[in-house]
Amino acid sequence: MTQMSTIYPPATRVEPISRHTLAVVVDNEPGVLARIAGLFSGRGYNIESLTVTETEHESHISRVTIVTTGTDSIIEQIKAHLEKLVPVHRVVDLTLTGDAVERELCLVKVVGKGEQRVEAMRLAAAFGARTMDASLTSFVYELTGTTEEIERFIKLMTVVGLAEVSRTGVAAMARGPEGM
Amino acid sequence: MSEMMTGAEMVIRTLQDQGVEHIFGYPGGAVLPIYDAIFHQDQVKHILVRHEQGAVHAAEGYARSSGKVGVVLVTSGPGATNAVTGLTDAMMDSIPIVCITGQVATHLIGSDAFQECDTVGITRHCTKHNYLVQSIEDLPRILHEAFYVASTGRPGPVVVDLPKDIQFKMGSYTRPTSNQHKTYRPTVKGDIDKIRAAIELMASAKRPVFYTGGGVINSGPHASALLRELARLTGFPVTSTLMGLGAYPAADRQFLGMLGMHGTYESNLAMHECDVMINIGARFDDRITGRLDAFSPYSKRIHVDIDPSSINKNVKVEIPIIGDCAHVLEDMVRLWRQTAPQVDKVALKEWWTKIDGWRGRDCLAYRPSDEIIKPQYAVQRLYELTKDRETFITTEVGQHQMWAAQYFKFEEPNHWMTSGGLGTMGYGLPAAIGTQLAHPKALVVDIAGEASILMNMQEMSTAVQYRLPVKIFILNNEYMGMVRQWQELLHGGRYSESYSQSLPDFVKLAEAYGGVGIRCDKPGDLDAAILEMINVDRPVIFDCVVDKTENCFPMIPSGKGHNEMLLNDYLNETGPVDLGSVIDEKGKMLV
Repeated sequence: MTQMSTIYPPATRVEPISRHTLAVVVDNEPGVLARIAGLFSGRGYNIESLTVTETEHESHISRVTIVTTGTDSIIEQIKAHLEKLVPVHRVVDLTLTGDAVERELCLVKVVGKGEQRVEAMRLAAAFGARTMDASLTSFVYELTGTTEEIERFIKLMTVVGLAEVSRTGVAAMARGPEGM
Repeated sequence: MSEMMTGAEMVIRTLQDQGVEHIFGYPGGAVLPIYDAIFHQDQVKHILVRHEQGAVHAAEGYARSSGKVGVVLVTSGPGATNAVTGLTDAMMDSIPIVCITGQVATHLIGSDAFQECDTVGITRHCTKHNYLVQSIEDLPRILHEAFYVASTGRPGPVVVDLPKDIQFKMGSYTRPTSNQHKTYRPTVKGDIDKIRAAIELMASAKRPVFYTGGGVINSGPHASALLRELARLTGFPVTSTLMGLGAYPAADRQFLGMLGMHGTYESNLAMHECDVMINIGARFDDRITGRLDAFSPYSKRIHVDIDPSSINKNVKVEIPIIGDCAHVLEDMVRLWRQTAPQVDKVALKEWWTKIDGWRGRDCLAYRPSDEIIKPQYAVQRLYELTKDRETFITTEVGQHQMWAAQYFKFEEPNHWMTSGGLGTMGYGLPAAIGTQLAHPKALVVDIAGEASILMNMQEMSTAVQYRLPVKIFILNNEYMGMVRQWQELLHGGRYSESYSQSLPDFVKLAEAYGGVGIRCDKPGDLDAAILEMINVDRPVIFDCVVDKTENCFPMIPSGKGHNEMLLNDYLNETGPVDLGSVIDEKGKMLV
């Protein structure tokens, strides 16, 4: 558990830890990702996943989606520190704004023959995964879903010859008509 | 109107347009074009330091004593890395600094070129913001933005890393007409509903205390004036952090002295017993709070801070107010006057009686001596002999710093320059040089320790070169005193490596630099020696030989609460405390 940023013993209280998805809108300038990543490492906060890409090319704005865990006070600190960064436009806590849509994409390579291979195909079909590549001894599947679905899929694939996994991390958006 | 000029000329023009009169720096290969631009003008005066760390501390002293932005110019590689300690110091103490670093030419970046380092990477964590300039078109905007970011909101250091090829390039310079930034917009005005709630809570207080900090100083002299007005209106006691000294006059009856680890008995107990705490521009630093779960257990708290990330960081508060101290104080004063609340006079009177009782302990008393100079006595005499003139004090870090904070009485803001957050030994002399430049007629004294002063001793040469008559008042106890004190407390008096061996003869050292050396080791001679120091119009090193064994009290030992202060043996009716047994195993882990 990350401690409060003090060298003195924390007050004896146990705060529950929760998972938050933050959407951070930033100017896409050199070093902006290093500023965000450095803030987390420098202050001992967790990053569970981080995705970033330019979303508005004309104004060079990127959207960073960060999944992090911490006590409520740590989450508040993270948001306050992110908002202080000069190239940051806005920080929205999608976990607080309600049940956000959260999707992640993964590529899974399974290697095997015979019954194992057949079982891998059945499981992929059951999850609705797409086959992106196939050889006589392997498949590459693509699955898009919530982090939990992907975790389940990968866990099952482990039994039938999982060889490699690549995941994008979470992209998220609030439900309803309002934009950010 | 735009004008064509080189990147190097743009740097100097920006400084002129920003009203900068002095910059502190050290030349090198990657900033030569800028130095050439300096050569061609005389509006911006360059102060040549002897080490880049000194340049940043000098700029900090300049900034903190004048309210202006301090400007630093250093070269790439070692120039930039040497500046890092100063930048971190300015970051921790919220001092507005613009530091321009040279960088190797754009096409060489990343090639491990001579004197190349990843300056923006290295300084990302110790600056408020930093820039690597990648084209001449961006340069005027970035330079002006650097000043804006450094000086607004919670002030801090900003680095502009400028490759050498861009310094040579021609471009068009226009002074930006607006400061409006697309993303950076600090909150200045406090939320009026929260301020109203704060006033209501203050009006209902039975045992209130103002806990004020460096934010009041950073907010400008107007904030100090408003704090005084609010304190007068309410009649509440005021205590201050190390960084906030001078915002409220030390001689005033409502002032309880500094609080925290080496704060006064009355301040710390007032913090412990209060029912309403009004934090104005302080950040609940660990030197203040001590043990968090024992910190001010009975209080409701109001916290005024311009930095949203300071709110609820270490200590939970009931009423957070994000905004600039002066603006919030102005609203507070106005609302208090408008509502003219009925305060609980009986309770407040009782509170003051209690405080006066604590004050009666006279926690800063110490065992006097006719034979050796007590360090506390030295600071007291320095104060008495300088209080009638405009005096600025800087310090290094350690026991002498705490004694200076305890025994020198500050009546005005911006007269006290010390490294609080980072605790940088070697800060005081360069800071004094910067302060003296900003206030050429004033008396500037660096209260120093013999160990700290040696960390940036080379800046004596700078003082001599620019005829800056700074006074270095060394409380020489031949120990890294605070280290020795902690070794006494925590490590059975095993003084590992804390003895200052092979010290230079400070009098001869002063003379070698072209300054004046004075030594004093008798209490009876002290006044005359201090007067001699004040009256010399040249840099002075004053070697004040003091008691080697004196410890700094009161002290809240690590891991203890405000109500568990250690006092000077002189005040303990039960006799000396066995310092080795005070701190428990858990406390030993702390700094």
